[in-house]
Amino acid sequence: MELVLSAGIGVLTASGVWLLFRPRTYQVIIGLSLLSYAVNLFIFGMGRLRVNAPPVLEPGGTGGLLTHTDPIPQALVLTAIVIGFAMTALFLVVLLASRGFTGTDHVDGRE
Amino acid sequence: MNWFHHLIILPILLPIITAAGLIPVDERNRTLKGVIGFTSTVVVFLISILLMQSAASPGEGEGGASVYLLGNWPAPFGIVLVLDRLSALMLVLTGLLAMATQVFAMAKWHRAGHHFHSLFQLMLAGLNGAFLTGDLFNLFVFFEMMLAASYGLLLHGSGPMRVKAGLHYIAVNLAASSLFLIGVSLIYGATGTLNMADLAMRIATIGPESRMLMEAGAALLGIAFLVKAGMWPLGFWLPATYSAATPPVAAIFAILTKVGIYILLRLSMLLFGSDAGGSLGFGQPILLYGGLLTIGFGAIGVLASQAMGRLAGYCVLVSSGTLMAAVGLGNGAVIGGALFYLVSSTLTICAFFLLIELVERARDAGADVLAVTMEAYGDVDENEEEKEGGVAVPGTMAVLGLCFCTCAILLSGLPPLSGFLAKFAMLHGLFNPGSFGSEAPVSGAEWAYTALLILSGLAAMIAMNRVGIRTFWTSIEGTIPRVFLIEIAPVLLLLTACVFLSFQAGPAMRYMDATAKSLGEPQNYIGRVMQAPRAGAAGGQ
Repeated sequence: MELVLSAGIGVLTASGVWLLFRPRTYQVIIGLSLLSYAVNLFIFGMGRLRVNAPPVLEPGGTGGLLTHTDPIPQALVLTAIVIGFAMTALFLVVLLASRGFTGTDHVDGRE
Repeated sequence: MNWFHHLIILPILLPIITAAGLIPVDERNRTLKGVIGFTSTVVVFLISILLMQSAASPGEGEGGASVYLLGNWPAPFGIVLVLDRLSALMLVLTGLLAMATQVFAMAKWHRAGHHFHSLFQLMLAGLNGAFLTGDLFNLFVFFEMMLAASYGLLLHGSGPMRVKAGLHYIAVNLAASSLFLIGVSLIYGATGTLNMADLAMRIATIGPESRMLMEAGAALLGIAFLVKAGMWPLGFWLPATYSAATPPVAAIFAILTKVGIYILLRLSMLLFGSDAGGSLGFGQPILLYGGLLTIGFGAIGVLASQAMGRLAGYCVLVSSGTLMAAVGLGNGAVIGGALFYLVSSTLTICAFFLLIELVERARDAGADVLAVTMEAYGDVDENEEEKEGGVAVPGTMAVLGLCFCTCAILLSGLPPLSGFLAKFAMLHGLFNPGSFGSEAPVSGAEWAYTALLILSGLAAMIAMNRVGIRTFWTSIEGTIPRVFLIEIAPVLLLLTACVFLSFQAGPAMRYMDATAKSLGEPQNYIGRVMQAPRAGAAGGQ
């Protein structure tokens, strides 16, 4: 599982960075999205990878790292997803406005 | 635990409530919206002054840090807000800038688009939150809040130039935010905490394998802030963005770069200060040399700028670079002067951005582009007949010219105003560490810093002279700009604040030195946060 996750993060980051440096706005926004997926997976991975371990306590029960997984990265990743999503939407609007003003989808507004 | 204690949360809460309340108000009632927003800003400013007084009062203990537990959770688990001298100083500075730019915007610019005042309030909430929070992830949230509002404000007024600049600005900042998140999560993965004070305690004791990860996380986090602060080569977006923004927005953006500086200062003093064990002074050389390069790049840019907006943008870079290098020197005496410089230069640059728009109303669009070219190829209108007895300068131009001169003196650091005092204080601290450090010989980097500090002032003086002559002496025959009182008043307010700072330099420097001293002793801050009493538990309501 560690290998799959790290390879996934690596491929997402590499594609994201590559697309980020491309000249078309659409490529940039896809690059930023891929980058934010990679970041979200990375945050999740920082809570250590555990299978079949709940992040919340049962009422009346006690918890520990043997039986439970770390809940904080899960809360962090949720916040990061929401903020990243909102920013992507905003970027999309600016992208369309730029297309409308300049008539091209080049990031500098001219070919 | 009295009512006074709850004042800490108000600089964040009040702008958010105001912003939400302003959204349903019809856009046609802009003046009403502006007045409500301005009232909220003034209240926040007054609260900030109260907070500053309480942070500086000796009764609060030496560090003076007061801690507010959000949701009444004890320190390492819940999110804390921490008010100390440094954050109180930044709050007051933000409030002053916000009041000035808001009044300026109410004359004309808030009509250029929708929801100016809501976005403005949200940005204030994000700024104040970033200055007050004591938790790394909460810092990310406030940082994003500030950035999201700044995207909206940058696009305020629309137009191809702003949309293009906005596109670049948003892309750069989104990429930087990704680095921020990776950095925060690496730090959490390596140390298991996000609370800055708790982190500072754990850094000394973590094992070598975790230390490497933690330092990698801190470095990534640092890059995110350096992008914001505009370090060379991460700051190429800055002059274009700042000169494309509407003037009141560019003016308030003067504080955004200082958020990056504030966090770099806070984290490097807290995490990598005297108790950091194996990570002592981590990242300081990067800050120092990066800062020196930024000053150099900014100074060249100042000289090469043709438009005044870009000139001001490069002044922002010079100011950032000076502060970064001061943080990188890690000398408490320099940091005291650097804080003074931070206040003085931010006020000046904010006033300059506002002034530019007023001055440029009188000029035709091509004039500033030609200015530098004309310098290079000689004056084209040399043969023009000299008028007898000179020309009468209209009153408006005289006031604008005086403000411009004041800005030039402040930016180039000439006596007698605060720009000079700030640079003098930094250099004095560099050569006389006094109680702050050992009597080590002055190193090569420190000499380079000294030289660059003086040369950047010279560059600013040359550029300001050139622009000033072109604007005020050679274009008298042009139209006289129509300037409203509420547009010139904010500029005068900001410049008066600088003049006041020059006259009250003694008390101000004492405050800054005390701030630098408390930053140099993070134990106090850590102790205050970790032992913060819960409401109702020990202290009682």
